[in-house]
Amino acid sequence: MIIFVFTVCRISNVLLCNVTDRVSFWFVVTDSSKNVTTVPGSEVEAAIRMNRNRINSAFLLSDKTLQFVKITSTLSPPVEPSTPVWLIVFGVVLCLILAGIVFLVVAGIHQRKKKNKKSTERENIEEKCEVTITVENGIPCEALDLKAGHINGVFAADDERFTSL
Amino acid sequence: MSKDLSVPPEIPKEDSRPKWDNKFQYILSCIGFAVGLGNVWRFPYLCQIHGGGAFLIPYFIALLFEGIPLLHLELALGQCMRKGSISAWNSISPYLGGVGVGSWMVSVLVSLYYNTVLTWVMWYLINSFQEPLPWSMCPLNENRTGFNEECYRSTAVNYFWYRKTLNITPDVTESGTLQWWLVLCLAACWAIVYLCTIRGIETTGKAIYVTAVFPYLVLTIFLIHGLTLPGATNGLAYLFTPNLNTLKNPSVWLDAATQIFFSLSLAFGGLIAFSSYNSPTNDCEKDAVTVALVNSMTSLYASIPVFSVLGFKATTDYWDCLDRNIISIINEFDLPEESIMRDNYTAWIGLLNSSHPEKIAGLKLKSCDLQEFLDQSVSGTGLAFIIFTQAIIIMPGSQAWAVLFFVMLFCLGLSSMFGNIEGVFTPLLEVQIISKSIRKEVLSGIICLISFLIALCFTLGSGSYWIDIFDSYAGTVPLLVIAFFEVVGVAYVYKIKRFSKDVKCMTGRKPNLYWQITWKFISPLLLLIVFLAFVTLWIQKPSSYAAWNPKYEGFPMKEEKVYPPWVLAICVLLAVLPCVFVPLVAVFHLIKQMCRSKDSSFVQPEVFSCQGSSINFSHPKESIPIVSVCKKK
Repeated sequence: MIIFVFTVCRISNVLLCNVTDRVSFWFVVTDSSKNVTTVPGSEVEAAIRMNRNRINSAFLLSDKTLQFVKITSTLSPPVEPSTPVWLIVFGVVLCLILAGIVFLVVAGIHQRKKKNKKSTERENIEEKCEVTITVENGIPCEALDLKAGHINGVFAADDERFTSL
Repeated sequence: MSKDLSVPPEIPKEDSRPKWDNKFQYILSCIGFAVGLGNVWRFPYLCQIHGGGAFLIPYFIALLFEGIPLLHLELALGQCMRKGSISAWNSISPYLGGVGVGSWMVSVLVSLYYNTVLTWVMWYLINSFQEPLPWSMCPLNENRTGFNEECYRSTAVNYFWYRKTLNITPDVTESGTLQWWLVLCLAACWAIVYLCTIRGIETTGKAIYVTAVFPYLVLTIFLIHGLTLPGATNGLAYLFTPNLNTLKNPSVWLDAATQIFFSLSLAFGGLIAFSSYNSPTNDCEKDAVTVALVNSMTSLYASIPVFSVLGFKATTDYWDCLDRNIISIINEFDLPEESIMRDNYTAWIGLLNSSHPEKIAGLKLKSCDLQEFLDQSVSGTGLAFIIFTQAIIIMPGSQAWAVLFFVMLFCLGLSSMFGNIEGVFTPLLEVQIISKSIRKEVLSGIICLISFLIALCFTLGSGSYWIDIFDSYAGTVPLLVIAFFEVVGVAYVYKIKRFSKDVKCMTGRKPNLYWQITWKFISPLLLLIVFLAFVTLWIQKPSSYAAWNPKYEGFPMKEEKVYPPWVLAICVLLAVLPCVFVPLVAVFHLIKQMCRSKDSSFVQPEVFSCQGSSINFSHPKESIPIVSVCKKK
């Protein structure tokens, strides 16, 4: 890598020509060590391209306000972090979602277990109640079909004399 | 006789059907289902291209004669039958069972691609947490002297959408590869849907409080902020200036009718599912009017911030255009800075054109016209992911605005997804084999998993072309057909008199003349006209699509391409598949009936009716507390 160092030995031969409304100038760089020959344009262009920042700051200008004709500025790449930011955010979001799902599933299982326990308790109570269930003439009430009365054929020979149940 | 019973009072076994926690939850779910992405990115666009304020006339006429009657019909049906769409239509008449199956099918197809749109929203959302926003700048090319070529020729926003998000292929036949970042986001989206619908309405009912209310908050914030932006009034004036001449064009009326129809999410079966979890004495008439009006008001309310921001963007683009021209003129004529400003630009241009016309012509200045920038109307994903994102970059505090905007879109889409998934989930729960063997959580998990696997196709390079296909073919014509058969089925097969009695039984008052006339004549007629017009326009215009092809000469304009025959076949299949169930099931039952009528000993089963719910119930063991609701009145 060649580093060009500008050592201004002397400024000479400033000529005024092509006066414009804007501040503009043409310049030629000569190398005094090499028999006062002009440095070729391509080398100057390369040097300017590499040291653009220093030249700009010397004049307190920027790439937009100091233009070198035919030299496009090298753009700085945007800053990219090592882990893309979106992956981090995505990781956070996914963890929250998974936590939510696990919580709901576990809560559902707990609820089901509680319900099962309650229903088995209820069954136990009902079984106990069955023991204390009323008994009608030695026959448990459930066995009797209380909705429709049974006519005891032995006693009711003639249906019409008895009121229907 | 019998000793005192010491048995504890018998606890009546409650109706095991889940219920809404309160009425507000139910209304919010219906509103959330109806209010979706279309309210934000389709309605304002239609308003703009169809003469601004004048569009509201056909829109409200369509609402009155098509939207509200159909909505009332569906809500009343679900509440009366207390079943999902398939079983409800089977109960109305076995010949109409196909309507239920059709709407189930449409819900499945729409759920698949709708969540992929949410995937894109999520991708943008998680990318909004960086400074600067990734879509604000172009990446550099290899030797770092300039920007990436594709990005430079289009815009940074376009590049981020087409390349970094979709990684789109130039043709629908080129599938490309699975984009891993989209696959991750798709998995996250389906996980969120599973989380919220894991136990049906028990969980969606809680989630809806956030997802249905948050968008309104954000819209208000955007409204306030949007109105303070420079150029907002240009956008609003453009939107609301009525141009009554557009009403002479029949396509305006067609767009209004279709917009109302699709906006209310009718014929998906989701509304029937939601109202089936209600108590039968709920006032479904008031609910229908409420939901329809809130949906339309939301569309109007959303169009204000959208157009303020669009006006701001158009004005800023116009100023940028002017500034670029000014710089080239200043450079060319070596004029001092700030000699030409935006307000004296036209004067200067006139002056320079008369004195140095060749120099001006040589500059190739782009003509800057504010009206032209305002005319660039886009709807759908283009509005959200290209236009709006570009506008957000220019706002101060862009990260916050981007996050708010995409969270709002995500909530809007998610609440609509709940309705779609409910439309799939509830009918499946009523199939005896499934409900007995699988638990609710497992069933919803299976639905989400299968949908995720199928939706992976949409994360391919050509995915967005396929989503357009699904949206245009599966989400349009079948819905019109199903809705038509819904209205005709209830009005003429089940008979309006009987349905009116059922509604009276539930709400306590007979549906008045407006409902009778719209259900019997106006709505079916309107639906038929809309369907025919839709199909006619569809056939006339050649089915083409716009492809993003960087190698195209006219790039960044999109390339118009025609669908190959096999893709067209899939399009037709998507449109026909849900509709075909309607005649299929009817024919199947007809044949069954004919076979049975030969066997004379068979007794015709009594057709279900709301009032006879106490008599004709399929589970005689359970005692239902709602037994004599109708008889009391």
